Amino acid sequence: MSNTINLKKGLDIPVKGAAARTVRVKVVPDVVAVKPTDFKGLVPRLLVREGDKVLAGSPLFADKQNPDILFTSPVSGTVQEVVRGAKRKLLAVLVKADEKQEYVDFGAKDAASLDAEAVKTLLLNSGLWPSIIQRPYGVLAGTDVKPKAIFISAFNTAPLAADTDYVLADRTADIQAGVTALSKLTDGGIHLGLNADNYSSTPFHRVEGVIQHVFSGKHPAGNVGVQISHVSPIMKGDTVWTVSPVMIAAIGRLINTGKLDLSRKVAVTGPAAKEPAYVEAFPGMPAAAIAEAFGIGAKTRVISGDVLTGENIGANGYLGFYDNQVTLIEEGDKKELLGWANPIRSHLFSSSPCYFSWLTPGRKYDMDTNLHGGVRAFVETKCFEDVTPMEIFPIYLIKACLAGDIDKMEQFGIYEVLPEDLALCDYVDPSKNEIQYIISKGIDQMIKEMA
Amino acid sequence: MAEEKNTPQPGLFEKGGKFGWLHSTVDAFETFLHVPATVTRKGAHIRDAVDLKRVMIIVVLALVPAALFGMWNVGYQTSLATGAEWSFMKMFFFGLLKVLPLYIVAYVVGLGIEFASAQIRDEEVNEGYLVSGMLIPLIVPVDVPLWMLAVAVAFAVLFGKEVFGGTGMNIWNPALLTRAFLFFSYPSKMSGSSVWVNVPGGESTVDGFTGATPLSYAFDGANGLSKLADKGYDLWSLIIGTVPGSVGETSVIAILLGAVVLIWTGVASWKIMCSSVLGGLFVGWLGQLGGITDVPAYYQLVLGGFAFGTVFMATDPVTSSQTETGKWIYGFLIGALAVTVRLFNPGYPEGMMLAILLMNTFAPLIDHYVVNGAINRRNKRVRTA
Repeated sequence: MSNTINLKKGLDIPVKGAAARTVRVKVVPDVVAVKPTDFKGLVPRLLVREGDKVLAGSPLFADKQNPDILFTSPVSGTVQEVVRGAKRKLLAVLVKADEKQEYVDFGAKDAASLDAEAVKTLLLNSGLWPSIIQRPYGVLAGTDVKPKAIFISAFNTAPLAADTDYVLADRTADIQAGVTALSKLTDGGIHLGLNADNYSSTPFHRVEGVIQHVFSGKHPAGNVGVQISHVSPIMKGDTVWTVSPVMIAAIGRLINTGKLDLSRKVAVTGPAAKEPAYVEAFPGMPAAAIAEAFGIGAKTRVISGDVLTGENIGANGYLGFYDNQVTLIEEGDKKELLGWANPIRSHLFSSSPCYFSWLTPGRKYDMDTNLHGGVRAFVETKCFEDVTPMEIFPIYLIKACLAGDIDKMEQFGIYEVLPEDLALCDYVDPSKNEIQYIISKGIDQMIKEMA
Repeated sequence: MAEEKNTPQPGLFEKGGKFGWLHSTVDAFETFLHVPATVTRKGAHIRDAVDLKRVMIIVVLALVPAALFGMWNVGYQTSLATGAEWSFMKMFFFGLLKVLPLYIVAYVVGLGIEFASAQIRDEEVNEGYLVSGMLIPLIVPVDVPLWMLAVAVAFAVLFGKEVFGGTGMNIWNPALLTRAFLFFSYPSKMSGSSVWVNVPGGESTVDGFTGATPLSYAFDGANGLSKLADKGYDLWSLIIGTVPGSVGETSVIAILLGAVVLIWTGVASWKIMCSSVLGGLFVGWLGQLGGITDVPAYYQLVLGGFAFGTVFMATDPVTSSQTETGKWIYGFLIGALAVTVRLFNPGYPEGMMLAILLMNTFAPLIDHYVVNGAINRRNKRVRTA
């Protein structure tokens, strides 16, 4: 770890409910959802009908713009329902799982002997191509793109995030195979971001054929976008790919066994979770499967992902394709008498010294979804810079997005960020603006106008 | 009546209700009493406990020492002028009764316009004016006629803030705009030496009383230091603040108490404060070196509105520079310009107000160059890498 990149800006939000390192529940596949809404920019074309039999790895829908990109069922069973929303938008394909799981056989292979074309075909056919996220904009990777490099962050600093080392403890061979295979798709190599705190204990540091970078710091130091900006900032015309550790392990298993096996350890976390711990599960798992064990109540918000960037899926929702975390928090729809004027307010955490949380540094807080104030124009903006360890000016980027000025967005670094990289700005803003939403709208506009 | 009960009616003060047009006002009082029950809808699911009300109330608290001292000082100056022997409490209550009307006018006029414009724009009322209203009485002379103050506040809030879209959108600090309006619209009433000390009608003053501020002596010619000494204004009286001046600006100690609160809570930028002091010292030192004045540079910091402006006005997060490098430049130029005006314009020695308003105007330009510089540097580095 010769050159540790020390990120001084950031914030670790002390929210209660970290998962204990045990598997409390093994979720048996019942009804599983594959959601086109998990993939940015996807216009799906349905390939199955209700009642069709599918295997684990059979395609359910494809990308309309690029029909080679398939989205497959994680389990074998029967297509139970095609869920559509307003204007017949495809929201989910529900698959009722069989008792005995059967897999499409893609053929076990030796990662080192595959060429780029073989890797590409394998990923496209198995439905694992979407595990690659392309930057700028965080969209599905283009099939005819040769990226500048591929980045993997081997650790996650998001609040209560699943511990990558624990989740992937016995998957070293899969990770190695995945990395070896992906390295055929780029000339820039695989860049692996490691955490200085556990550099020598993580299984990732033994992975071969990668360029290692070591980071230390608070959240968002584990965000791959932040790491890219310190290794090789994305400029106009650049394309890079990123893959999460969980997805690289799935790619590796596909190569080693020939099966699409998306099963993963999912951390069920959050202040509203009863005895937070891990579950053995898979993407598309219904929240109902863990409702009893973790005490999901009527007033619990169920989030697929972490508390900053995750999606509110509701008690009847399904785990997202990329996520290996569920966060449970209470809805904070209660008024608080003279809250803002109360000098102490010790039950709440604030990163600002306007409150006294700094007196109790080790404390974890029982947080809820209350906005803690009304929406105002931007006033205090230094707080954005304090939580953004990148060489950008967040407030200028945000304002460029609001103004819809694509030249300015370009200058201020829209290529380098995804909403998740500025998620903490959402959290700290005393004016309660929706920064992630603003950035996401800006990215949508870039995609539309630069196409 | 029975039919009406079955159809859902909007609440009395909700949109569509009988008094629906008042909903911004009602919301303002409601959210003043309670932190509302609003939950996050998109983006991060949890939010920091801090909100703008909290930020603003911290600034108001930071101003309390200066306000209290100012009230006492109003009474103290009057007792000095009339030669009356008053007790501490009498001085304070005399000042309180003089300053309270200023506060009432500032808040009633300013908040009235804020509420009305929020209503017209159909938005929530912003808390920004709580701070402006607290500041305004502290930066005007105690004897300012109330109707003038009302006109000035109305001008500053309407044309300094509301036309730009309210708090957060304004270019100039509204409180300073109030003062600028007063000084340029009513120069005959506002300058000279009669407004700084309240002398009750009919009372005679002691021999030698002029009511002029130390600032006006210090820069009236090149031998300011001896003029100050003649009048008995030594460094300590300037630091403690027992001198005539605008209500809240005289006591450097009270202002420093506020500065500690603002810097600790991070509400105001220490960079702006530091660089403004550096800028003031630098030009003050040049002036002394060049023989323009014999007032030592550090006197610049304790005279007039320099300290108050540096701590409370220059650091307004909306109108100051927003980049960290920009803050150093912005603050330095405020300090430097303020002292430059003092040195070269003895007719109107209070340069702080103009310096801040001018730099408010140029803050976006400073930021523009800072941001562009950073972007260009990065582009170059990436190309060579």
